[in-house]
Amino acid sequence: MTRKTLELGDLTTVVESGMTIGIGGWGSRRKPMALVRQLLRSDVTDLTVVSFGGPDVGLLCAAGKVRRVVYGFVSLDSIALDPHFRAAREQRGLPVTEYDEGMFVAALRAGAQRLSFLPTRAGLESDVLRMNPELRTVASPYDDEVYVAVPGIRPDVALIHLHRGDVHGNGQYLGPDPYFDDVFSLAADRTVLSVERLVETAELAAAAPQSLLVNRLFVDAVVEAPGGAHFTTCVPDYGRDELFQQTYADAAGSPERWEAFAAEYLNGDEASYHAAVRALHARRVPEGATA
Amino acid sequence: MCAVACADAFAGSGRVLAHAVGTVPSIGARLARLTSNPELALSDGEAFLMAEPPPLGGTAADGGVVEGWLPFRSVFDVLAAGRRHSMMGASQVDRFGNQNISRIGPDWNRPKRQLIGARGAPGNTVNHRTDYWVARHSPRVFVEAVDVVCGVGHDRARAHPSTALRFHDLGVVITDLAVLDYDGEGRLRIRTVHPGVTPDEVRARTGFPLDGPVAGRTRSPTAEELRLIREVIDPRGLRDREVPG
Repeated sequence: MTRKTLELGDLTTVVESGMTIGIGGWGSRRKPMALVRQLLRSDVTDLTVVSFGGPDVGLLCAAGKVRRVVYGFVSLDSIALDPHFRAAREQRGLPVTEYDEGMFVAALRAGAQRLSFLPTRAGLESDVLRMNPELRTVASPYDDEVYVAVPGIRPDVALIHLHRGDVHGNGQYLGPDPYFDDVFSLAADRTVLSVERLVETAELAAAAPQSLLVNRLFVDAVVEAPGGAHFTTCVPDYGRDELFQQTYADAAGSPERWEAFAAEYLNGDEASYHAAVRALHARRVPEGATA
Repeated sequence: MCAVACADAFAGSGRVLAHAVGTVPSIGARLARLTSNPELALSDGEAFLMAEPPPLGGTAADGGVVEGWLPFRSVFDVLAAGRRHSMMGASQVDRFGNQNISRIGPDWNRPKRQLIGARGAPGNTVNHRTDYWVARHSPRVFVEAVDVVCGVGHDRARAHPSTALRFHDLGVVITDLAVLDYDGEGRLRIRTVHPGVTPDEVRARTGFPLDGPVAGRTRSPTAEELRLIREVIDPRGLRDREVPG
């Protein structure tokens, strides 16, 4: 079997400017943040981002790498709205395709099944159809119902992050929710899987078989990236870093603050990012307290 | 008061999944589960159904008895199957119950304020009972026309030519001043005003006419309901952050 390990620095051998990229996770939960940070370090730009949006969307918007966002929502969960996404919309009029969440799922599932569309009730008579005038309805051939025909989305590349994986591209999640990461891997032409830890294939079977969410049939590259979902939640390995998420959100206050944030956290490599995060937490230890 | 009004909204729902956005609706759903509607199913806000109401703001990870697994993908299945009852927030609502949580301003492409997005509102309103919770009743929320229709109102649902909207079911709008419901024409009206509030005050803070008689006053919580809210459901008093006083 093919070894599919990829160094984080080689991500741009898969992701190119102008592509449509699907990003797994949900809001500020198990986002492939190491992969997103690597895109920030690269020249890749002009991306169409398809996501249940969180800080992945905000970071890529703030870095000016986004042509369009396709989403059901953009939220940081504990902070209702990503301020960087908000600024891109309000100040630059960044183009978006905003769907109802159920429509977004239908679009992904249609893409995964190579269907031109899937019908859903969601969206009927709402302005989602007016905001996206390319959308059509379809009449049922069996009765008097009409449904929204949600066009299938097939990203060029899907980026997903799981807890464990092997070098062949089998991936395992150990948290409470698979989100839609497997559907993203089916819908995309190529999938890059980052994992907290690479393990031997035999070790994957130690957990329940239902935890084996994606398999090597649909994974093209595997990146070992410990802390690769930081600052989003990746339970049970770690929870959301609320302090850092607040720091990230505050950086949307002005271009200067974003520059300072980028200089401190984003302009170096992955190791220096995690070192800077540790330093931030160390600064927050009260005077006289022992860590 | 508001929490009890929310609980009453869930009282007659029977065996459905409660979907409550916001602190007061979350308290209301838990209170209904403990009193008027023991069949109600509650999620922890993550991926689990909880046999007993989880503490406010907590998840299954903080303890409690899990009775089911409900990852987000399954929520969409339950929603489409119709066995769910939502109580959502609303940045804008018009007289027919059209709701907006997407963006503010006339220019959709460059909004004055970008909000969270349509989220599940379009799908919720055409699949199952949907109520709204407004923590601050004001003419900025209750507007003549919403900027973006996310949750579908009665005027649009009734104008729809096919049978596809047969599950459209708007219930009530609960605010810090009153409980509103819909008349036979599908228009909002005052059902009850909270104690100490007059119908005229509600009308003055609403951006469209609220016609018709007012049914009366919103009921006060019983001693047992107060005990459950203060000691069991929300001992940390999170409700006071959403509705001061």
